[in-house]
Amino acid sequence: MAEQGVAQVWRRIKSMYKGVGNRCETCKTYYFPPRPVCPECRRKGKLVDYTFKGLGKIYSFSIVRQAPEDFKRQIPYIVAQVELDEGTRLTAQIVNVDPEDVKIGMRVRACFRKIKEFGQGGIIMYGYKFEPTMKVTGHE
Amino acid sequence: MVGIVGYGVYVPRYRIKTTDIAEVWGDFSGTIGKGLGVFEKSVPGPDEDVATISVEAARNAVKRAQIDPRDIEAVYVGSESHPYAVKPTGTIVAEAIGCTHDMTCADLEFACKAGTAGIQMAMGLVKSKMIKIGLAIGADTAQGRPGDALEYSAAAGGAAYLIGTKNPLATINETVSFTTDTPDFWRREGEDYPSHGARFTGEPAYFRHVEAGAKSLLKKTKTTIDDYDYFVFHMPNGKFPVAMGAQLGVPKEKLEDSLVVRQIGNTYSGSAMMGLARVLDIAKAGSTIFMVAYGSGAGSDAFSITVEEAIEERRGEVPTVDDYIGRKTYVNYATYAKFRRKIKALG
Amino acid sequence: MSNRVAIAGVGMAKFGELWDKNLRDLSLEAGMYAIFDAGVPGSDIDGMVIGNMSAGRFTGQEHLGALAVDQGGLGDIPAYSVEAACASGGAAIRQAYMAIKSGEHDVMLVLGAEKMSDVNQTEAMNTISVASDWEWEGMFGATFPALYAFMARRHMHEYGTTEEHLALPTVKNHANAVHNEFAQFQRAVPIEVVMNSGLLADPLRVLHSSPITDGAAGLVMCREDIVKKYTDTPVYIESSEQRSDTLALHDRKSITTMNAVVTSTKNALKDANLELKDIDVLELHDSFSIGEIILTEDVGIVEKGKGGKALEEGITEIGGKFPVNTSGGLKARGHPVGATGVAQIVELVLQLRGDADKRQVDGAEKGLAVNIGGTGATSIVHIIGR
Repeated sequence: MAEQGVAQVWRRIKSMYKGVGNRCETCKTYYFPPRPVCPECRRKGKLVDYTFKGLGKIYSFSIVRQAPEDFKRQIPYIVAQVELDEGTRLTAQIVNVDPEDVKIGMRVRACFRKIKEFGQGGIIMYGYKFEPTMKVTGHE
Repeated sequence: MVGIVGYGVYVPRYRIKTTDIAEVWGDFSGTIGKGLGVFEKSVPGPDEDVATISVEAARNAVKRAQIDPRDIEAVYVGSESHPYAVKPTGTIVAEAIGCTHDMTCADLEFACKAGTAGIQMAMGLVKSKMIKIGLAIGADTAQGRPGDALEYSAAAGGAAYLIGTKNPLATINETVSFTTDTPDFWRREGEDYPSHGARFTGEPAYFRHVEAGAKSLLKKTKTTIDDYDYFVFHMPNGKFPVAMGAQLGVPKEKLEDSLVVRQIGNTYSGSAMMGLARVLDIAKAGSTIFMVAYGSGAGSDAFSITVEEAIEERRGEVPTVDDYIGRKTYVNYATYAKFRRKIKALG
Repeated sequence: MSNRVAIAGVGMAKFGELWDKNLRDLSLEAGMYAIFDAGVPGSDIDGMVIGNMSAGRFTGQEHLGALAVDQGGLGDIPAYSVEAACASGGAAIRQAYMAIKSGEHDVMLVLGAEKMSDVNQTEAMNTISVASDWEWEGMFGATFPALYAFMARRHMHEYGTTEEHLALPTVKNHANAVHNEFAQFQRAVPIEVVMNSGLLADPLRVLHSSPITDGAAGLVMCREDIVKKYTDTPVYIESSEQRSDTLALHDRKSITTMNAVVTSTKNALKDANLELKDIDVLELHDSFSIGEIILTEDVGIVEKGKGGKALEEGITEIGGKFPVNTSGGLKARGHPVGATGVAQIVELVLQLRGDADKRQVDGAEKGLAVNIGGTGATSIVHIIGR
C-alpha cells in the first residue's frame, strides 16, 4: 500500500517532467503518454522511448469555470488539447495567457508547473502545462 | 579558473502594485511604496512554487550554457519557501532538467543568501575536481503577513547558476563570507508567515553584515571600490542597497543596474542573484562585478567576478531579466489573496 | 424457431434528486415495476444483471447483483453488475441479451441504477471524470464538461455550428419531458434561458449539460418463444451492437465524430436488416447538447456537420422525420449514469407499445438507442421492434 497519489505520481515522473513518450519504429508513429503496445502494429511494433520537444499548437480548448476542490484556486483556467509537432495530441492546461486571448492554432510550448496537490499535507504532482511562445520563452 | 558557465532566471507573470496593497490597509497617501523603493512586486500563479520557478530558471541556465545536463553533478536549491518542509526541491529540479541519477543534491536554507551559499558549495566541489559542473539556485515565493511591512516587498522569482571551469561566461575571482548569530528575521516550524525584528533588521543585521562581507572581500582581493564597474547588494527593499552603497562610497550609477527590487520586489534567495543576472545581461567583457548577498540570521556572501568574452555570443537565445520584468499582468489584492492562499476557506 | 430476445416488461423509478431514497430503494422500485408490468412470476426469473457505473464511490456500496437479488427476494439466482461508464445500462441489457440468446438463461431481470446525490460536488465531478482517461485528462484539470467542450469548440470551428445550435437540443428535450412523468425536469425552457445560463466550461453552459440524478430503470427480458405466456404486447430486440474507441479523447483522429457510434449503428442496422429510414424513434445519448448534435450526424440522420441544422429544421422533434429523445433525453429526464441505457430502452418500449401518452410518436414500430460511455470510448446500440 502507498499513501494516496505517491506511487501513482512517482511512476509517471519521466513523462510528466520531461515529456517522455514513445515511438513505434515500425510505423513511425509517436505516442504520448507512452503506450505499452503499438495499436497499429501490435506484435510487429517496436516501441522506443522518445522525448517530445514540447512544442505544438492548440487543437481545441475550454475555459473551466466549475472544477473540483483542488482546482478551485485556479478558476477560471484554460485547458486544451495540444497538437505536438510530432503529430500526437495531449491534454494540458494553458497558462500565461488570458482566457479571451486563446485561439485554436495558437503556438505553445511546454512549461513546468504544479499540476495537482493531494490535499494540503499530501504529495504535490508537478508536470507540464503549456504557454504561448513569446519573448520570455525564447521564441521571439 | 572556476566561474559561471551558464545562468538563467525566472519571474512569474503576475504583479501587484504596492499602492494597491497599501490601500487595503487604509493608506491612500502613496508614500509607503516610495519610502521602501518598491513600486510593484511579482506574485506567483496558483500553480507556481519554488520547484517550478527553479526548473524554469535552471532550464534557461542550461540552454545558455549549451551543456549536456548529464554533466551536472551537484544540484543545490536555496530557499526559505521550499514546497515541502521535508523532501528536497533539488531532486525535482534535477529530474526535470535531465540530470543523471549519479549526482549529489541538497536543499539549502539561509534566509536570503541560501542561493549564494549554493554557489560557494558548487565552487568548492568544482575547484577540488570532485565534480565537473554544479548547479546553484536561489528561488523563493516569499510571503509577508497580511498588513505587515514585509507584504509590500515579499516577492517571487529565482535565478540559477551553473558553476564550472570550461569556457566560463564570467570568472569568480574570489568569495568570502561573514557570519554571526543575529536573529533579525525568522520563521518557526509550522508558522505560515515569518517574523522580524522591525528596525533591528537594519543597522545590526543587514548593514553590519553586508559591510563586513564587502570589506573582507576588498581586503582579501587587495582591491578598492574603484576597481569594480558594477555593484550588487541584496535588496530587501529599494532603500537598503542604496544606503549601503552610499556608506561604502559606491557611485550611484554603478549600483543602479542591479536594482531589480523596484519592479519585482524582494525575491529573497533570488534577490542578489537576480541583480547579478541583470548585470550579466548587459555587462561588456572585462567588466568587474562586486556582489554581496545577505541572509538574515545572519550572514553575507561576497563575490568578486570578472565578465569574460564568451558571454556575448550567448546573449539573445535566452530570456533576460528585463524580458521577465517587462512581461507582466497586474492582479488586484483579492486575486493576490486567492493565489497566495490568504483565503483560508480555499485551503 | 426464431430465437430473438423479447422484452416482456419495463419499469422506472422517477428520476430526480431523491433525498429519501437510497440505491436499494431505487433498484427495488424499478425492478418491481418491470416485473409487475411483465406479469412474470418472480420464480421464473433465472438471472439478473445490473448496470451501474460507480456505486462504490457514489454510495460506498458495491456487489450490487447480490444486493438486488437479496432485497428483491429473488432467491439464489446468479446476479452481477456490469460497468461501462455512462453506457453501463446498455451493457447490462447486452449481457442479458447474450445470456438469453446463448440459451443459458430464459428470463432475466435487467436493472440500471445510480444514486449520485449523496456525495459533494468535487466527488461527483471526479467520479464522472474517471469515465475519461483519468491519469492523462482528468488529473490535469480537464473536467468531463471540458472534454465535451473540446468537441463543441472543434465542431464550431470545423462546421460553423453556433451557440444557438448548442442550445436547441436542450429546448427540444425539455419540451418533450413535459409529458414524461418519470423525468427529473417536467418543464420547458426557452432558448434565451439556455443561452444565458452560466458557463460551465466554455462554450458549454449549465443548461447544455445533463444533471446529477438519482434513478433506476428495469426490464424483464426473455426468450421469444415464451414471452406470450406473460404479455400480449412484447417488444423484441432486433439487434445489439457494441464498439470501442480510445479511452482518451486526444487519441482520436477526429473529435467531432464518434467512430464507435458510426460503426455500432451501421452494424446494428445491418444485423436487424433495416435501414435508418425504417427507424421511427430514437434515443441518443445527450449527456451534453453537443453530444446529441454529433450523434444525430453519426447515426446518419444528417451528414457530418449538419447536426445543428437538423435541430433548426425540426427533423428530430416529435412529429419530425426522426424524433430524438422523446423522453426528454439525458438532459431533461435526468442522467443517473448507470440507469440511462436502460431508461432509453424503457422509453422506446413505451413508444412501440403506444404507451407514451402525449409524447407518443404515431405508429412507431422500430426504435434505436445509442448509449455512450465516457467521451465515446464505448458505444452500445440497440434496435427494438414490435
